[in-house]
Amino acid sequence: MKTKLTALVAAGMMAAAPAMADLVVPNLSYRTGPYGANGTQYADGFNDYFALLNERDGGIGGEMIQVPECETAYNTEKGVECYESTKDSGALVYNPLSTGITYQLIPKVSVDKKVLYTPGYGRTSAKNGKVFEWVFNAPANYWDGASVAIKYLLDENGGDLSGKKVALVFHNSAYGKEPIRTLEGLAEKHGFELSQIPVDAPGQEQKSQWLQIRRDKPDYVIMYGWGVMNQAAIQEAANIRFPMENFIGIWWSGSEVDVLPVGEKANGYKALTFNGVGMDYPVYDDIKTHLIETGKASQGGEHVGSVLYSRGMYAAVVISEAIRKAQEVAGTSAISPEQLREGFEQLEITPERLAEIGLPDFGPEIKMSCDNHGGSGMARLQQWDASAKQWNLITEFTEPDQEIIAPLIQQDSEAYAAESGITPRDC
Amino acid sequence: MLYREAGDFKTSYRDDGQTFPIRLDRWGYYIVLAVAFGIIPFIINDYWASAVFVPFLIYAVAALGLNILTGYAGQVSLGTGGFMAVGAYAVYKLMTAFPDVSIVIHILLAGGVTAIVGMLFGLPSLRIKGFYLAVATLAAQFFLVWLFNKVPWFYNYSASGQINAPERTVLGWAVTGPATSATAKYLICLCFVVALAWVARNLTRGTLGRKWMAIRDMDIAAEIIGVNPLTAKLSAFAVSSFFIGVAGALLFAVYLGAAEVGEAFGINKSFLVLFMIIIGGLGSIFGAFAGAAFMVMLPVLLKNVLVGSLGWPTDLAAHIELMIVGALIVIFLIVEPHGLARLWALTKEKLRLWPFPH
Repeated sequence: MKTKLTALVAAGMMAAAPAMADLVVPNLSYRTGPYGANGTQYADGFNDYFALLNERDGGIGGEMIQVPECETAYNTEKGVECYESTKDSGALVYNPLSTGITYQLIPKVSVDKKVLYTPGYGRTSAKNGKVFEWVFNAPANYWDGASVAIKYLLDENGGDLSGKKVALVFHNSAYGKEPIRTLEGLAEKHGFELSQIPVDAPGQEQKSQWLQIRRDKPDYVIMYGWGVMNQAAIQEAANIRFPMENFIGIWWSGSEVDVLPVGEKANGYKALTFNGVGMDYPVYDDIKTHLIETGKASQGGEHVGSVLYSRGMYAAVVISEAIRKAQEVAGTSAISPEQLREGFEQLEITPERLAEIGLPDFGPEIKMSCDNHGGSGMARLQQWDASAKQWNLITEFTEPDQEIIAPLIQQDSEAYAAESGITPRDC
Repeated sequence: MLYREAGDFKTSYRDDGQTFPIRLDRWGYYIVLAVAFGIIPFIINDYWASAVFVPFLIYAVAALGLNILTGYAGQVSLGTGGFMAVGAYAVYKLMTAFPDVSIVIHILLAGGVTAIVGMLFGLPSLRIKGFYLAVATLAAQFFLVWLFNKVPWFYNYSASGQINAPERTVLGWAVTGPATSATAKYLICLCFVVALAWVARNLTRGTLGRKWMAIRDMDIAAEIIGVNPLTAKLSAFAVSSFFIGVAGALLFAVYLGAAEVGEAFGINKSFLVLFMIIIGGLGSIFGAFAGAAFMVMLPVLLKNVLVGSLGWPTDLAAHIELMIVGALIVIFLIVEPHGLARLWALTKEKLRLWPFPH
């Protein structure tokens, strides 16, 4: 029976390998499991932007882009299987949308020489390009997010947070724990009191956590959640009548699926974002004519314009711009992962360029270099309007507090380098 | 005609008591070993190692361990994931604290640490059994996961609570860390599996195994004929946890390379290993392997067939895959409640009689 199985698997594998000629950008997505509702929108945006480039422009620089999809269900073991099954097909860059899978892939990509692009998630200290040669996390990372949120609170309070209480409600995993150090540093600097409230995955049950919040009465709550945890938290916050305008989520806790189930009571909930939302961008006209009307959009285009769709599309925009840059630097259209890495390091996305591709003011300016793989870290805030059922941007792009973050990144990346025997490169 | 013991004469007690009394079985065993050690290492690639062989071998060790406890000694456990986490964190602490000591020793020590923890959580089994014991071990699962998440010492105070396996070598070959070749990963797991399966087989047919089975079948009767329930139950917990700890250590160090306790060693893992031994067959060494193969390979196979060959969308394939695996488990258990091992045994019985069934 085993031999039969292996023969069948072998047959399956042979058929799975795509043609080698195109640029291959695998989409390690998750449309099932506890985070499927979020993952499926992101994956659609990611697929659709590349599909648009193929349909409208004939790919990038004349090379068609292939986006083979592989289902990870947000599970690290399946993620590894997906990575191994796609890496020999000429894959250039990976974007697994999972901090857990990212941690698995970071050591692997430097051996296999593949680019890992983790916009707004993954290992924060990967910003240090001297240590993490193959990993990029522009435009912003978790620590930037924490700092921008605190900066916003500082602005609200006339620059003084001393004596205030801030609670961090977080997904009890590598992802949720990331901001703790930054927030501790910021708490010390600005004199506010930080309390940490972990929520175990997947997080449907948060009664005790919100009971604690009701007892402690923090002035502000910051949330690092994902999937069903977001809806549950916003619902619980509404139940204890916590003022929504004092509740700020990270960018992964600020999509339509998180607030819609709570209805009217979610009105005023705030979340960070590093990409624009809504349909007011010229690129959507192209998506409409080239994809939706021709029936080529993922899942018929039902999620076009949602927060997570936009974010998936934004990841695809950055990757495609990096491919363009790499083609320009290498002087060839069929680039290798090494050349794409060069492209990422020299990537510069100006506001003018964003306007040119039909996404004016969609994301922050990105300028990468050999030692900065994380861009500027700027993010902005959006607020949910429950009656209009839409997110409204309420601040401009804000710089994080690099005074706190830069030493932490230095420290964490050096610890990683020492642990895994990497000598940081000179830049 | 082929598969029979006629003409296979035994002239000593030693011959009579061997694991594979039938010659064809013995040959089969040697051929499997020869292929596993002599051929697969030369043709294996990263995909086959990471998607099929390494997880299969590691889960086979875990299933062997749980099978000793549940299948042979009759103590239901839902704490497998937690005990695997103990193995993983033990090997992580050991390999970062003593980088010069061989990883093989660390993995065995991690098994030892897990054995001690397993005995501790096995103490309630002296008072409670059945469902009540299952609940007690479930508590162990949640407690251990909580502990490794809560206490930063276990993950060396890293910012994210993730543990990463640094590179360690055996005889100059890297077996952990990103630069490990597929062959090295496969071989280190294979060596552990072969050694541990040999130990398990010989333990279970000796005095200790007979004591476990006596306790499983009727503990009061066993006590009357002189089996000490304290030593029998605790030794079952210790040996089982040792195996599970080794599996956890291998899963983290060799297979995953980085792990996060809630995700890698959650309650799902406990159920997965329990399913393996139920489908494979309780109280059977072969069953542990068959169950691990079924649960590891079937999803990969279905995924490759549905997405790779038939070109279905990945989400549809993932949902169908869950349904097919679930349905197969139910069907298997209805057709043969004693698992794949029993099916295998029945096949062998039939083969012995073939082609003259009467």
